Amino acid sequence: MQLTDLTMLELAAKLAERAVSSEEATRACLERIRQVDSKVRAFLRVDEEGALAAARASDARRKAGSPASALDGVPLGLKDIFLTEGVETTAGSRILEGFVPPYDATVVRLLKDAGLPLVGKLNMDEFAMGSSNESSAYFPSHNPWDLARTPGGSSGGSAAAVAAREVFGALGTDTGGSIRQPAAFTNTVGLKPTYGRVSRYGVIAYASSLDQPGPMARTVADTAALLQLIARHDPQDSTSAAVETPDYQADLEAGVRGLKLGVPREYFIEGIDPEVEASIRETLREYERLGATLVDVSLPHTKYALATYYLLASSEASSNLARYDGIRYGQRAKDARGLKELYALTRERGFGPEVKRRIMLGTYALSAGYYDAYYLRAQKVRTLIREDFTKAFQQVDAVLSPTSPVPAFKLGEKVDDPLSMYLMDVFTLPCNLAGLPGLAVPCGFTKAGLPVGLQILGRPFDEARLLRIARAFEREHDFFRRPAPL
Amino acid sequence: MPVSDFQPVIGLEVHAQLLTQSKIFCGCSTAFGAEPNRNTCPVCLGMPGVLPVLNQRVVEFAVRTGLALECTVKKTSVWSRKNYFYPDLPKGYQITQYDLPICEYGRLVIDTPQGEKVIRVRRIHMEEDAGKNVHDAGGGQSLVDLNRAGVPLLEIVSEPDLRDADEAVEYLKTLRDVLMYLGVNDGNLEEGSFRCDANVSVMPKGSSTYGQRCELKNLNSFRFLKQAVEYEISRQVDVIESGGKVSQETRLWDVNKGVTRSMRSKEEAHDYRYFPEPDLPPLHVSDEAIDAAAKALPELPRAKLTRFMSQYGLPAYDARILTAERPLADFFEACAAHYADGKKLSNWFLGELMRLLKEEGTPLSALAFTPAQLAELLGAVDKGTVSSNAGKDVLGEMFRTGKAPSDIIAEKGLAQVSDTGAIEAVVDDILAKNAGEVEKYRAGKKQVFGFFVGQVMKAMKGKGNPALVNDLLKKKLGD
Ligand SMILES: [Zn+2]
Repeated sequence: MQLTDLTMLELAAKLAERAVSSEEATRACLERIRQVDSKVRAFLRVDEEGALAAARASDARRKAGSPASALDGVPLGLKDIFLTEGVETTAGSRILEGFVPPYDATVVRLLKDAGLPLVGKLNMDEFAMGSSNESSAYFPSHNPWDLARTPGGSSGGSAAAVAAREVFGALGTDTGGSIRQPAAFTNTVGLKPTYGRVSRYGVIAYASSLDQPGPMARTVADTAALLQLIARHDPQDSTSAAVETPDYQADLEAGVRGLKLGVPREYFIEGIDPEVEASIRETLREYERLGATLVDVSLPHTKYALATYYLLASSEASSNLARYDGIRYGQRAKDARGLKELYALTRERGFGPEVKRRIMLGTYALSAGYYDAYYLRAQKVRTLIREDFTKAFQQVDAVLSPTSPVPAFKLGEKVDDPLSMYLMDVFTLPCNLAGLPGLAVPCGFTKAGLPVGLQILGRPFDEARLLRIARAFEREHDFFRRPAPL
Repeated sequence: MPVSDFQPVIGLEVHAQLLTQSKIFCGCSTAFGAEPNRNTCPVCLGMPGVLPVLNQRVVEFAVRTGLALECTVKKTSVWSRKNYFYPDLPKGYQITQYDLPICEYGRLVIDTPQGEKVIRVRRIHMEEDAGKNVHDAGGGQSLVDLNRAGVPLLEIVSEPDLRDADEAVEYLKTLRDVLMYLGVNDGNLEEGSFRCDANVSVMPKGSSTYGQRCELKNLNSFRFLKQAVEYEISRQVDVIESGGKVSQETRLWDVNKGVTRSMRSKEEAHDYRYFPEPDLPPLHVSDEAIDAAAKALPELPRAKLTRFMSQYGLPAYDARILTAERPLADFFEACAAHYADGKKLSNWFLGELMRLLKEEGTPLSALAFTPAQLAELLGAVDKGTVSSNAGKDVLGEMFRTGKAPSDIIAEKGLAQVSDTGAIEAVVDDILAKNAGEVEKYRAGKKQVFGFFVGQVMKAMKGKGNPALVNDLLKKKLGD
């Protein structure tokens, strides 16, 4: 067994015993990256120097008996959407090529303060717009379980790096499923916290009312430990919630006996892959065996979620991405003559086709004469979707569903068909629209050996219960021990 | 139809920079005149990932202004994004308030030749200012200074209740006085911290349907506002008279040519794609906060003027000047606490004090002497300790040195001689030395009296009490 096969908490235990140093763990990650990343292509950038310096500082703290946190010294990766002071941050876009942030995102500062060496920046769909990592302006990442397939998106690089054991965990962001879908595609755990649970300050915005950073790891306990470090009220984010952070490990092993788990009929639709459905159904039966009660619930407005999401997310994106104008930072069309041409050429060259598509869609939806029919109506439907969940949670403690209707698909398969790509997110979007926490946990494999993930949705700020439910299943299977065939 | 057959209709939109220490959504300084881009941070530079955090002082100032203008202060208001591209707008959108502003439906009373007039205030909202583009940077380059980006603004929009350029100017002046009284704005039109756009239209007299309006920009003085509005009224009348139609557009006041010229037509107008700002929750203002602001509201210029007239027995002219700016009014009241005759005090304020302030360019806040000292000086003049003319010199000296009036009078020997015996001796001496003139006087040449007064004052180095000198001379000369 290699050092990189340890879970975060296993490594943390060894660091605490001083059986292993953070420098050794970090070097093991760097070595693993050298071995496999030419195939996986999870990393846009590796910060060897920065990571090793942080590791040595961690070792000094451990030696002095004053670790900064339980995870002090555990190497981590970051989706390239998090601003890192002094380390180039591009959000997977050409337009930010060469952009070196002058400040750290709040969550990056929290991780640094907690002593975690940050190994590098992970690939993603450009500005988090995509479900396959193929809209990255640089290159697509590959799924460690089948290199011909996508690791999902937009946090595909993060999921791939965790699954390939290049890092022990990572941070991603989830606007419409961007943490959960890649987790489901790669046999990893991904948690999208309640909107407002984790600070968005210093996270490059895609759709401000939907974006939420969250942890990605191999186990539920690791995910809980990572969430513990980043779930904080942040005065620099006015949408951050002033809610106490509970101890996410406290009830992790409490099981599901007596819990009521909702099964939404709208989430078992035509077109869902039969093997995915079979795997999820089997998982549901297992929860019954573990003592939970399954309850049939209805979320009637689910069918409008996709259209609602694309209108709202694109509207916000069209405004959020206006700052990439070539004036102050990032790429600029130096050959442009005059201001209008500077804007046009900079953005024409700097943005990829998916980003342009969404900017145009959003600009249209907000235009005079169309606003009421599109943006405003979408906001109203969003309220209805939220109310669906409020009603469901009067009956049940959590809602279970597939994370994605299909397992990881082949790279290139859907790249020319945006609509079928958008459909990949149909089970994950409603959670963002309702601002709820959602978690993806491995629940099996297809015959071809592709991972399948269960999605667990909960009440606002009920992350601890989602983790507990996920852990109850994980304890029976330990799918996370199974390495990807690299 | 001549111009006099048309009724102009004018509304003003005022942008007032708020006198907060820091910007509206970050901690940067709002100080004017810093080196370009010195007062900036990732937030006001529109860096990726930044988020706005509302400066609560801005809300306080908005509520204070809303209450002073008798608005309804909304308990919930909403931030919106106004989207457009311009290099001085770092995020590509301005955070402002759109359909749900913080204050609505107020009023401001102005003076017109026909008496008081109520101008309705449609709305007040908060927003962030943009930066500044600098185009003459050399090398064909334009530069951007973002020091001003994120400075808080209040936009105060009037209803179209103004009927000529003079009313527009009076409204703007009155509003400026109120904002300065409230301590929310410095009223500086030249530096652009108090800015005004005017919406102007004309309609046939007696009509109740407004004409097509044009928005006038670049009105950075009261004079330009008056000139631009007057020009625009006659331009629109000319267009209609010659059979044309006024088209809705934005027009720029050209200071040099004295004309307004088209900047952009309605068709070229931006579609700002307003939508609620997702990075800021709706703003809630509590009843307690509104009550507290109402209690803390200072006396406003109009109320103060009325009170000055009744409390200090001042004519409207005096009261208006004394209450035009709050520091002067406050200083007057501080002096009046030590000195009972309001009108006499006002005379000294409007005469000597204002002259000195103007000549020396000293702000009231830097005045060297105290209200009690000014009262002491006026008391000395009343008692005849010092002549009214010498009193002016004493005030000048107090102004420059801050010394007590009694010390100055003593040092400079300015004390007036009111000792009858001393004056009598000098009078006797002068009459004895000028026996010929005395004869002439007694023979009926009364003009010589002035000569005696002059001689006595000269001998007393101007310090003789003029009334006593007169009395004694008359007595000795046998009148
Ligand atoms: Zn700033």
